[in-house]
Amino acid sequence: MSREEIRALVLTQLGRIAPEADLAALPDSALLREELELDSMDFLHFATALHDALGVDIPESDYEHIASLRGCVDYLSARKAR
Amino acid sequence: MADFRMPSLGADMERGTLLEWRVAPGDRVARGQIVALVDTEKAEIEVECWQSGVVEALYAEVGQTLPVGAPLARLREEGEAPRAPTVAPAPPPVPPRERIAAAPLRAAAAAPALAPAPAPAPAPAPAPATALEPVPAGRIHASPLARRLARERGLDLAALAGSGPGGAIVAEDVRRGAPVAAVEAASVPRDRREGMRRAIAAAMARSKREIPHYYLATSFDCARALAWLRERNQTRSVAERALPIALLLAATAKALRKAPELSGAYVDGGFRAAQGIHVGVVVSLRGGGLAAPVLRDADRLSLDELMRALAEQTQRAREGRLRSGDVSEASITVTSLGDLGVETVFPVIHPPQVAIVGFGRIADAPVAVDGMLAVRPVVHCTLAADHRVSDGMRGARFLAEVGRLLGRPEEL
Repeated sequence: MSREEIRALVLTQLGRIAPEADLAALPDSALLREELELDSMDFLHFATALHDALGVDIPESDYEHIASLRGCVDYLSARKAR
Repeated sequence: MADFRMPSLGADMERGTLLEWRVAPGDRVARGQIVALVDTEKAEIEVECWQSGVVEALYAEVGQTLPVGAPLARLREEGEAPRAPTVAPAPPPVPPRERIAAAPLRAAAAAPALAPAPAPAPAPAPAPATALEPVPAGRIHASPLARRLARERGLDLAALAGSGPGGAIVAEDVRRGAPVAAVEAASVPRDRREGMRRAIAAAMARSKREIPHYYLATSFDCARALAWLRERNQTRSVAERALPIALLLAATAKALRKAPELSGAYVDGGFRAAQGIHVGVVVSLRGGGLAAPVLRDADRLSLDELMRALAEQTQRAREGRLRSGDVSEASITVTSLGDLGVETVFPVIHPPQVAIVGFGRIADAPVAVDGMLAVRPVVHCTLAADHRVSDGMRGARFLAEVGRLLGRPEEL
């Protein structure tokens, strides 16, 4: 799976959780929880959705790596490449 | 034979508008099945039926606004003979808004969604009323709400599969068929937001006017609880993990067993203790406003059950598809604003309840441990309670019990 495909998939999942957000304008480096006003339940749903879509189980200790869009794509690309 | 009635979907609900029927006469319904969609002004609620049987007649028409307790449909139990066709009991007209508060709706509001019909008719006869109009060839069978939603979203009804009675397209089908990232919870219509704001305003103004609040605040060292939770979550897949709020809710619910004066309702000048501990959890909606789905018998749920119910109800609340079981009357409310960085919450009791518990964020703080200074994760917990029903001593004991339970997470 390419980085672009992973990025599109991450944005799709974020769009389900924060449907009102203008994701096209989401900076790659912005912190998702702050930028999209996600609470801990939203973030858990996000991690669960990524797991369901990609088969990657993200341990809690790795949540810091998926805090931004760029971090999320980097992390998932690396995990998928393993 | 039983009448299916307009349920009370919240203590402040006086009437509801039927948006959709999800069943038709002749349909078998199972306990817990969603049979209708009702607009309460605050939200659209999927109404579940709490009795199995066969739908004999639909009394209410889509679009009708009816008071809580008004008969909506008639059910007969499996094996029971159909009833003679009768004229549907004319639902009482809805009084205008300014008069409705004085109308004697209280007794009806407390009635369960399904109450037994007064007396079965003797002569069995078939021919139940038909609520669905015959569909002319070429015309798509869809509820008015589904048509409106499809129009708003630019969706072609012909491209959607219907799951309603007789294959009719209902709102849920349109929502499912909406393209990804379609505006869902965010598109809370303006009048709905206003209705919700009005309801919150009325409840909170009444609370501040009538309820003599007392407030207690304390903080709990969460080190042991969080370490236990972290270790537990490490061995589980992401969907099975619990959040710290689940621990706080479990401790609150179990502590309430020892504080019955905090769980119930103040009605008609007196306190009525709740049967069971039903915890309403405040969920903020992305379009603005609040919902408070209810964890029924929360003290009897395992941590996994509680977390699952919380996750599902939060999602349903945010997607605007709460069910009647989610919004049945709570005996106490819990609000947590920790995710927004708030340290201490000073909550307002939701009448007719008599207490509310607030949690702030869990944050590292300096605490004295065995005479030494240590840094520990600490959460601020507040209790606002009704002084007509309980005193500070009782509230203090309750908070102490919450703290004791958080120190023994394996018991939660």
